[in-house]
Amino acid sequence: MANEGVNQGRRRFLTGTTAVVGGIGAAFAATPFIKSWQPSERAKNAGAPVLQDISKIEPGQKISVLWRGSPVWIVNRTKAMLDTLPGLDGRLRDPKSLVDNQPKYAQNENRSIKPEWLVMIGICTHLGCSPEYVPEIKPEPFDPEWKGGFFCPCHKSRYDISGRVFQGVPAPANMVVPPYKFVDDTHILIGVNPEDKA
Amino acid sequence: MANVFTAIGNWVNERAPGMMPVYRKHMTEYYAPKNFNFWYYFGVLAIVVLVNQILTGIFLTMFYKPGAATAFDSVEYIMRDVDWGWLIRYMHSTGASMFFIVIYLHMFRGLMYGSYKKPRELVWLLGMFIFLALMAEAFMGYVLPWGNMSFWGAKVIISLFGAVPLIGDTLVQWIMGDYNPADATLNRFFALHVIALPLVLLLLVVLHIFALHEVGSNNPDGVEIKKKKDPATGKPLDGIPFHPYYTVHDIVGVGFFLTICAFIIFYQPTVGGWFLENDNFIQANPLVTPPEIKPVWYFTPFYGILRVIPSKGLGIFAMFASIVLLFLLPWVDRGAVKSIRYRGLGYKIALGLFALTFLLLGSIGAGLTGEAIPKLFGASADVTSIEMHFGWLLVLMYFGYFIYLWVYTAFGFEKTKPVPERVTGGGH
Amino acid sequence: MSSSMTTRVQKRPSLAALLNENLPAMMRKAAFVFACVAFAAPVLAEEGAGLQVANTKVGNIASLQRGARLYFNYCSGCHSIKYQSYSRLAEDLKLSPDEVLKNFAFTGAKIGDQIVSNMPADHAQEWFGKAPPDLSLEARAKGPDWIYTYLKSFYLDPSRPVGWNNTVFPGASMPNVLWELQGTQVAHYAPAKPGEEPAVEKLELASKGSLSAEEFDSAARDITAFLQYVGEPAALKREAVGVWAILYLVFFTFLAWLLNKEYWKDVK
Repeated sequence: MANEGVNQGRRRFLTGTTAVVGGIGAAFAATPFIKSWQPSERAKNAGAPVLQDISKIEPGQKISVLWRGSPVWIVNRTKAMLDTLPGLDGRLRDPKSLVDNQPKYAQNENRSIKPEWLVMIGICTHLGCSPEYVPEIKPEPFDPEWKGGFFCPCHKSRYDISGRVFQGVPAPANMVVPPYKFVDDTHILIGVNPEDKA
Repeated sequence: MANVFTAIGNWVNERAPGMMPVYRKHMTEYYAPKNFNFWYYFGVLAIVVLVNQILTGIFLTMFYKPGAATAFDSVEYIMRDVDWGWLIRYMHSTGASMFFIVIYLHMFRGLMYGSYKKPRELVWLLGMFIFLALMAEAFMGYVLPWGNMSFWGAKVIISLFGAVPLIGDTLVQWIMGDYNPADATLNRFFALHVIALPLVLLLLVVLHIFALHEVGSNNPDGVEIKKKKDPATGKPLDGIPFHPYYTVHDIVGVGFFLTICAFIIFYQPTVGGWFLENDNFIQANPLVTPPEIKPVWYFTPFYGILRVIPSKGLGIFAMFASIVLLFLLPWVDRGAVKSIRYRGLGYKIALGLFALTFLLLGSIGAGLTGEAIPKLFGASADVTSIEMHFGWLLVLMYFGYFIYLWVYTAFGFEKTKPVPERVTGGGH
Repeated sequence: MSSSMTTRVQKRPSLAALLNENLPAMMRKAAFVFACVAFAAPVLAEEGAGLQVANTKVGNIASLQRGARLYFNYCSGCHSIKYQSYSRLAEDLKLSPDEVLKNFAFTGAKIGDQIVSNMPADHAQEWFGKAPPDLSLEARAKGPDWIYTYLKSFYLDPSRPVGWNNTVFPGASMPNVLWELQGTQVAHYAPAKPGEEPAVEKLELASKGSLSAEEFDSAARDITAFLQYVGEPAALKREAVGVWAILYLVFFTFLAWLLNKEYWKDVK
């Protein structure tokens, strides 16, 4: 048990190196465990793009499709509905959709590829409730100047018919538009971007 | 940085002044003999494997679905769909087998150097309880993937309890919660495997280590280092602080061990059907019996005893007795000398034969002799008869070891060599 | 170990591969003890019924692609591989999803679907006496050598309902779907012992198929490799990652060994 003649520098260097190399190894060993929490192959396959036939959706009608466990709304908007949009800018929080809650190709007043077809994830950006579809242009208890849109019963957030959020409600941002593309005139594929706009 | 650690250390010390002495008692002021050899790695390796089993087990529990209809699919889900799930599962399955390799070598070390002898009987007994708990833990874990061998293995092993007089059949049904291993069996085994037995194991391991640190470690010379202390410091002359000397020493062993494990996990995860059996890649099927029902390799020595004894009751009794006798070893062996280095020739030969018997019983339990006999004695050999007779000889040798050891040591037949005053060797 | 050596189930690990020559003697000793205990038993069990060595290489993507093509042409009509999805197949075999769907998905499946045969189970029961089993884990349950030899061991046997029998799996309910490639084999029987059925001594090609014997061996090998891949898709990644894990551990152990040596200078 003699400590004389010990090269303390070498000892410290070796201790440090071994500790660092061991730490790196531990980090690498932890990676598979952390990654195992990511969506599995099965979840990814279940979250694969969904093809939806839209030929049967009447003007003014909304349908819901399940994609990655969330409702995706497809609304066939009428001319009258679309006409309400330009006049609302002053009452909206983000009328130009500057917050990145939609693909670039849907960053417009209609928040869609084709003006009449709204494709949107039906989840309120406040706390994740699913808002109600209130399309009629008539005074509502929650808004005497209602022009049609979506109303969240949970905390009374309001969105217009493009999913743009009104001012003075708890929801912070416009509703989310998922990637989608038109396969042909009557079919929408939800979950992928159009080839030319990826 | 160092100041921060010192400050935290002081803060904790003020509030829990009892903690540092515990650390010192078990690490920096735990004096271990300086002459540990290769055989003294297996204790720490067992701890490493235990930690591995707990960590990987927790993650497997996140994806595994107990239940007769879901278990097999969920294991394949882990192997294929969960990101890196295959690695986590292989770490767990390899760990299970490595656990037994390490524990068997750890126990053999105890036999070689007389580590079960006074004053370490309690350490040995606690260790044996760990071994029992480990066997239960491994058996239940083996059932969980719900492969065909899981099912039939569970059926056979649970049936052993049918030999209990009077209540046997009721007991078997109570364990299974059904008339065959089924959904209910799988669910209760799952609960025991992931919660109950790990808690028991952890507690026993802590007690095992505490009991060891009370009496101090044995060593390859079987010399009590506490008898020769430095008069000035009061520390054992042949002892060195566990930390840092044996920590750095053990890290080397652990690194080497993990390299072997990594080789298995990445390149031979089934080890040719020994760590993961081929028949367990077929879903449990009560209508189709595998060609040969046998337990995983680590149970085969005990299963071998059961197999060669032609009476059910006696076979099961002998199997349990073979384990119980190991508990009694400290009192069977009356020899004064601990280490095999200074024991009589009769002990060395007997221990060698005992180890060989254990391995050969294992090969009978695994069905290897059934394949080897035609090669050794010609194709027309009566396999069953040869295996039986060979097996009886082995059973006699197994139990004979304990009788022999008692007679040999209690009646003064053993001619030992003089034990040195101080340990030999040690240091590099 | 000669190349004609046969194994019963799966190949045993070689001891030599485990023992790295460059490790210090102490470590070799440790490895030796480990290896003895862990692998003494399998060595005893070497050899068994006459299976031919498949010699597959799961890492050979071209072989897997050929095997997949053969599998989907000849096997997938009856046998599912339900744990495998088309998307995973495309990813691992380096094919585009469209190629996979066009060439392999005859059932109108989508890319995220599992690969399931569209043969109704009750029909199968009626035609073959037993529903064709799922082959997802066949290579793991039986071993590649078994599959390889099985595929090569069909012979004409009028006594069987489907007209075929197999030396590896006598009484198999499956006909030889590869006969156009292999040709037809007939059995030569050894003289029967009294009171026993005559045993098949060897198989002989009665009519030629479209492939030569070597080409057919290669086709059988590709199918076997494909099923081996399906049995454990992770094997591709496992073997690729393993090298790095082992190299790291060797380096870490070496460092620890230096550290240990440094500290133990104190111990006299």
